[in-house]
Amino acid sequence: MDLKLATIDLGLIAPEIIIAAVAMLILLLGNVVRRRTILAYFGLFGLVAALLTALPRWGNPASGFYGMVQADNFAIFFKIIFIIAAGLTILMARRYLISHEIESPEFYALLLFSAVGMMVMAATSDLVVIFLGLEIMSVPLYVMAAFARHDVSSNEAGIKYFIMGAFASGILIYGIALVYGATGTTDLRRILADWGFFEMHSQLFLYSGAILVLIGFGFKVAAVPFHMWVPDVYQGAPTPVTAFFSVAPKAAGFAALLRIFTYGFADMSQLWAILWILAVLTMTVGNILAIFQDNIKRMLAYSSIAHAGYILVALTAGGDGAVSSAAYYLLAYTFFNLGAFAVITLIDTRNSSTAQIDEMQGLSGRHPFLAAVLALFMFALAGFPPTAGFMGKFYIFSEAIKNGYIGLAIIGVMNSFVSVYYYLRVVVVSFFARPNKEFEAVSYTPAIFIVLVITAAGTLILGILPGYWLSLARAGIFQFL
Amino acid sequence: MSEYLAVLVFLGVGIGMVLFTFFLARLIRPAHPYKAKNQSYESAEKPIGDAWVQFNNRFYIFALMFVVFDVEAVFLFPWAVAFGQLGLYALIEMVIFIAVLLFGLLYAWKKGVLKWV
Amino acid sequence: MVPMPYYLIVGAVLFVIGIAGVILSRNLIIMFMSIELMLNAANLTIITFSRFLNLMDGHVFVFLIMAVAAAEAAVGLAIIIMLFRNRETIDADKFNLLKW
Repeated sequence: MDLKLATIDLGLIAPEIIIAAVAMLILLLGNVVRRRTILAYFGLFGLVAALLTALPRWGNPASGFYGMVQADNFAIFFKIIFIIAAGLTILMARRYLISHEIESPEFYALLLFSAVGMMVMAATSDLVVIFLGLEIMSVPLYVMAAFARHDVSSNEAGIKYFIMGAFASGILIYGIALVYGATGTTDLRRILADWGFFEMHSQLFLYSGAILVLIGFGFKVAAVPFHMWVPDVYQGAPTPVTAFFSVAPKAAGFAALLRIFTYGFADMSQLWAILWILAVLTMTVGNILAIFQDNIKRMLAYSSIAHAGYILVALTAGGDGAVSSAAYYLLAYTFFNLGAFAVITLIDTRNSSTAQIDEMQGLSGRHPFLAAVLALFMFALAGFPPTAGFMGKFYIFSEAIKNGYIGLAIIGVMNSFVSVYYYLRVVVVSFFARPNKEFEAVSYTPAIFIVLVITAAGTLILGILPGYWLSLARAGIFQFL
Repeated sequence: MSEYLAVLVFLGVGIGMVLFTFFLARLIRPAHPYKAKNQSYESAEKPIGDAWVQFNNRFYIFALMFVVFDVEAVFLFPWAVAFGQLGLYALIEMVIFIAVLLFGLLYAWKKGVLKWV
Repeated sequence: MVPMPYYLIVGAVLFVIGIAGVILSRNLIIMFMSIELMLNAANLTIITFSRFLNLMDGHVFVFLIMAVAAAEAAVGLAIIIMLFRNRETIDADKFNLLKW
């Protein structure tokens, strides 16, 4: 296989460079510019600029930095997801941060640095660069989880996230070390090309390495049984941070997982049994534990575990179709999960809020629009047509059936039915429960209104006209170099 | 296998020697415990408090600044060794790298962590 | 010269000690040091393979991992210090506000 050792082309990592530079400038200007609004919008501007530099690369994949960077469609598709997630988070976070008196320029800088890490993760086929990207993503996230410095539950979320995250990184890098020893390279393309030439004893290293890599990412994407940190961290972290956690790092983790396990380690047939078990456990445990939650952030944490399970179904099924359905689902999930969290963030801007589900009583009377979009996002999470959630699940399960994983698809569908219960509970409480006290009003900001409109529109458009977006996802896949 | 046997014997003899010396010392030394013997040694000064004192938080920030530039050196050394073959492009990249670090230093300075208050 | 498996075994032992430390210890600082031990086990393993298989790239990976470990250490210690200020303890069992 010809490994084109292209020269160093900074154009390939232009989006990353732009975002990192903007983030550093925000840090520095933060001490000079007193108007925080300017910094927030400067961050948004950086994201848009990065998006504009990333898009023209669509369709002409290139490899650079001696094979360490892949600017292919797959990478661009995921970069779009990260940019959308980061941009919407900036828009929705400001109001919350101000009302909780924790706003500072560092928040936006950390968010952007973390986005850079995710983009690096998606845009490489080298295990060590994936690890580097993972760390660039995770280290700012640890700080963001603990961002409310004087709030003990935020502190606790930060330390739990840090310990579990760093632990997972340790396992992951040891796995990568073993793979490196077995194959003599960390480049997934060379691992794939040399497959079958490895000797027996290096097969042992390879398999144990691959399993450790899977465990490491299992922590990052919150697969059961590596999920125990998720509910605590999601509940404790500031709400906009939780919103970002629930979509972007998950998408980045899956981007890397898809690249590693459906591409580099594609011939490792024994692993699929493990993935099967992982997918079933993740879906089932996530959905069942979500039923018992009274705190809405905690409920959505378990729901995000369940959604990781659905995407693991696609990963288990393997093949082009399944990978593109996973990518499509991640895009859709970004919209409706961020939307749901935007509503909760808005409600949480009141300092009295405790984010209990019962607190939604009387929401529809006071804020009909808010209640309506919340219901839309809950329907999407539960997977009702005509929302994006339905189409995403439909694609994933039909791919699973197509590839012969009928049992997995049946378990998945049954899980979706279970999930309807707890999602509808939120809708029922916000529309029909008789409030024992008046719902304390919240005031919109234009920024949050924009977030709600974008996420609601995304949820509906991806659901009603899925063809175009799915073809985009399909074009993105396996144009790996 | 015989090399391992040698190691084993060596290990056994080693452990035996240590145990024997301890035992011998116990037999012939005078037993005379008093309190000062158990105190921690602080350059012949009278120790104040115990060794588990809390250090000032500020040491942490300074240690942090040190670590940043310590790790930077790790990257500088191989670059400096191979500089002859790498040429101008690598020089520019290294300048960018150090500029990013200086950015961090500038930020820390602006935040006032370089001052010992 | 010491044969390769010896180095790998030391690496594996360090890794297992690290994992055991994270799982068994209740002191945050010790948990954190155990994590660093895991990273260094990976470093040792990579450098061993790199040396014995005559691959140069492993050396660079080790530098990168060291830098990552330093960054993680900085952030981790900062979080632990902040926790100590607010709670006056670093016993992991005391952080139980959030439970299901």
